[in-house]
Amino acid sequence: MSPDPTGLDFWIDLFSAVFMVVGAVMSLGAAIGLLRFPDLLSRMHAATKPQVLGLFLLLAAIGLQMRTWWVWPVLVVAWIFQLLTVPVSAHMVGRAGYRTKHLHRELLTADELEAVVQKAAAKTAREDSSGDGQLH
Amino acid sequence: MMQTVLVLTAVIFSLAAAGAIIRIARGPSLLDRVLAADVLLAILGGALCVDMAVNRHLNNLMLVVAISIIGFIGSVTVARFVADRREQPDES
Repeated sequence: MSPDPTGLDFWIDLFSAVFMVVGAVMSLGAAIGLLRFPDLLSRMHAATKPQVLGLFLLLAAIGLQMRTWWVWPVLVVAWIFQLLTVPVSAHMVGRAGYRTKHLHRELLTADELEAVVQKAAAKTAREDSSGDGQLH
Repeated sequence: MMQTVLVLTAVIFSLAAAGAIIRIARGPSLLDRVLAADVLLAILGGALCVDMAVNRHLNNLMLVVAISIIGFIGSVTVARFVADRREQPDES
């Protein structure tokens, strides 16, 4: 396997090699972020890297290495499936983390969920007090 | 060149998997562990992708898709479970 340095095969191999190494480095970045970031929400930020960009680079490397056209739609379907499922699970995990208070509040710059939560709590409290008034 | 890339990515993926496993073992909360397990599944899928790209076959593609399904179902289920369980003492 000693390709001609000017041929097209050489450049395709080079691109796919770069894609594979960068995709692997995304996983390493996620692991370092998991180990070093202080709370759940910032760890979720790091965890997204291999799931979306890393998988995209590795699937592109597969497509370049196979050197056929029909494989690209299959890879795109696999990647789009990942794109659809990752935000849903991240949303669920983030919401559960917010509710169980696994976050450092002093690290937040904006908290748009707190207004909604307080509004809901006030509504529940109002309904409770009005219910008590009718009972007595 | 492909063999060099294979060795290099194997080393990087091993280090990344070790980091994720350390976070699974040490994570202070259940949600941290779920997140780290999700990352570990992503690393496994990435390693399968590199194997497919270097050896030029597509045998593992369904396995990669299945791994992403498993990660999705697992994290959604556990997140739902945690939310339900922590809300009970507040209501009673």
